Amino acid sequence: MKTQVRAAARLRPAQLAVASAVLVAALLAGLLSGAADLPVGGVLKALADRLPLVEVDSGLSAVEWNVLFELRLPRVLMAALVGGLLAVAGAGYQGVFRNPLADPYLLGAASGAGLGATLTIALLPGDPGLTVPLAAFTGALGGVALAYLLGNVAGQGASHSATLMLAGIAVSSFLGAMQTFVLQYRSEELQRIYAWVLGGVGSADWHQLAVVAPYALVSSVILVLHGRLLDVLAVGDEEATALGLSAARIRLLVLAAASLATACAVAMSGLIGFVGIVVPHVVRRLAGGSYRIVLPLSLLAGAAFLELVDLVARLAVAPGELPLGVVTAFVGGPFFVVVLRAARRQVST
Amino acid sequence: MTIEVRDLDVALDGRPVLAGVSLTVPAGSWTAVIGPNGAGKSTLLRAVLGLLPCQGGITVGGVDPRALKPRHRARLVAYAPQTPNLPAGMTVFDYTLLGRSPYIPHLGRESARDRAVAAEVLERLDLAELADRELDHLSGGERQRVVLARALAQQTSALLLDEPTTALDIGHQQQVMELIDRLRRDDGLTVVTTIHDLTLAGQYADDLVLVSGGRVAAAGPPRRVLTRETVAEHFDARVHVTPGPDGRPILSLERP
Repeated sequence: MKTQVRAAARLRPAQLAVASAVLVAALLAGLLSGAADLPVGGVLKALADRLPLVEVDSGLSAVEWNVLFELRLPRVLMAALVGGLLAVAGAGYQGVFRNPLADPYLLGAASGAGLGATLTIALLPGDPGLTVPLAAFTGALGGVALAYLLGNVAGQGASHSATLMLAGIAVSSFLGAMQTFVLQYRSEELQRIYAWVLGGVGSADWHQLAVVAPYALVSSVILVLHGRLLDVLAVGDEEATALGLSAARIRLLVLAAASLATACAVAMSGLIGFVGIVVPHVVRRLAGGSYRIVLPLSLLAGAAFLELVDLVARLAVAPGELPLGVVTAFVGGPFFVVVLRAARRQVST
Repeated sequence: MTIEVRDLDVALDGRPVLAGVSLTVPAGSWTAVIGPNGAGKSTLLRAVLGLLPCQGGITVGGVDPRALKPRHRARLVAYAPQTPNLPAGMTVFDYTLLGRSPYIPHLGRESARDRAVAAEVLERLDLAELADRELDHLSGGERQRVVLARALAQQTSALLLDEPTTALDIGHQQQVMELIDRLRRDDGLTVVTTIHDLTLAGQYADDLVLVSGGRVAAAGPPRRVLTRETVAEHFDARVHVTPGPDGRPILSLERP
């Protein structure tokens, strides 16, 4: 028989290599740019020196060394982490809801986080430190849980996904109203609260990274591993069940992982829109629609994208800084249009 | 693999859809479920697949599919829905490969054998040339064969097909029915289809089950079920029934 055995839609090494290269380039650009001028060679040597079994003299001064390792590196890593998490969570939600317009903040994660952060800033005197991200994290998960419970009470069966989305909208409005209510009473904190809401990674440090890393790792590993199953779910719950899947269980697990990833990102950086919808969409256009491709590449591309966004945020109005959420929309919007026009690939929308 | 249904009751959203339905499909035979719109034909198939909560006895090859985990059930019975969701951008090959899901470890990937099975199925259905084609670029007849390919890739011995000839012209209807019949005979498959076209059902099925108002109104060989009186009673239609060259009934409409 002349049967030619074809490979299934899956991530090709070349795609992975390109995405990784773009990410590395973005990270290096982030490390090398900023108020203090660090020498390229020195930065590379100092980084190499950090590798196990490698010893290189970087020639950086103590100040330069501190700028690199205590300010730039954590910030760059945090931007990449947040971008990657938002993008992979967006892709996960899109798979679960079979809707390319699903957003990481769809199920009330953003409004929950906003309320949590607002309450903390408004009620706790002085510098609340890590309690703001903690409250945002709790609020985000709480918002999603509330939406999920409401959705389950209200709808069952085939219309379940749609009901869940509507429940998310209801929860978002409700929590948003509560946030506004609190703001009315504590208008003197408005600026601090808005600074958080609009997002940024300027205050990132190693401690924050260490706190969020385990959750980020677990959620993204779960999401990336579910690529094939999300491809099967694309035929709908009933057919997927007939094909041997426990559709409801898979849906719940992916939802939980995507919500955890979103909560991590929101807690660390505030609300940064756009990444979770646009990055997976661009990946789909350029690399293919299978979730085996979209999930891992969204993680890498989202990281690279937000790193570049942070670069723009730092450089555009230096020495001031723009909020990341503003830049994602400002830079991302036109970029998205360019990709939509350039890519001729037919993709489900 | 014999399919047996005993006193099946199904209620959807509290509304009874099927009541006391019984039927036996002998191994390797073809049974067509016929009946007027809304009679519960599709519901019957979905209940046998374990997709709906229901009361009564169901066995496929002696096993109750409702007692099995989905992945074991999917190795027993394959299903092609009336209006399958065909994800845009997915290739014919990858779609066929979905049929291998019950054999792929939960978080694993498909093996060389899974790919070989999918390729072989496409070859058998004359779809090998379309393997790299995306689902949204197929004609109606091709689409129907691709859905059949996915079901065959499950390598089950029972096949449940919901309206496999919907929206096909008469030539493609014949092709699909001939194809199902050939596969049934070659692989010894037990086939249950719902079907609208009574003559088509009568030409191909060994037995017909007429479901009307949620109950089995008639069952047996086509020439016994497809009579002028039965069709008038349950479909509210006037037809003329003539035996075809092989004795199977051919129905033609008569204007009242």
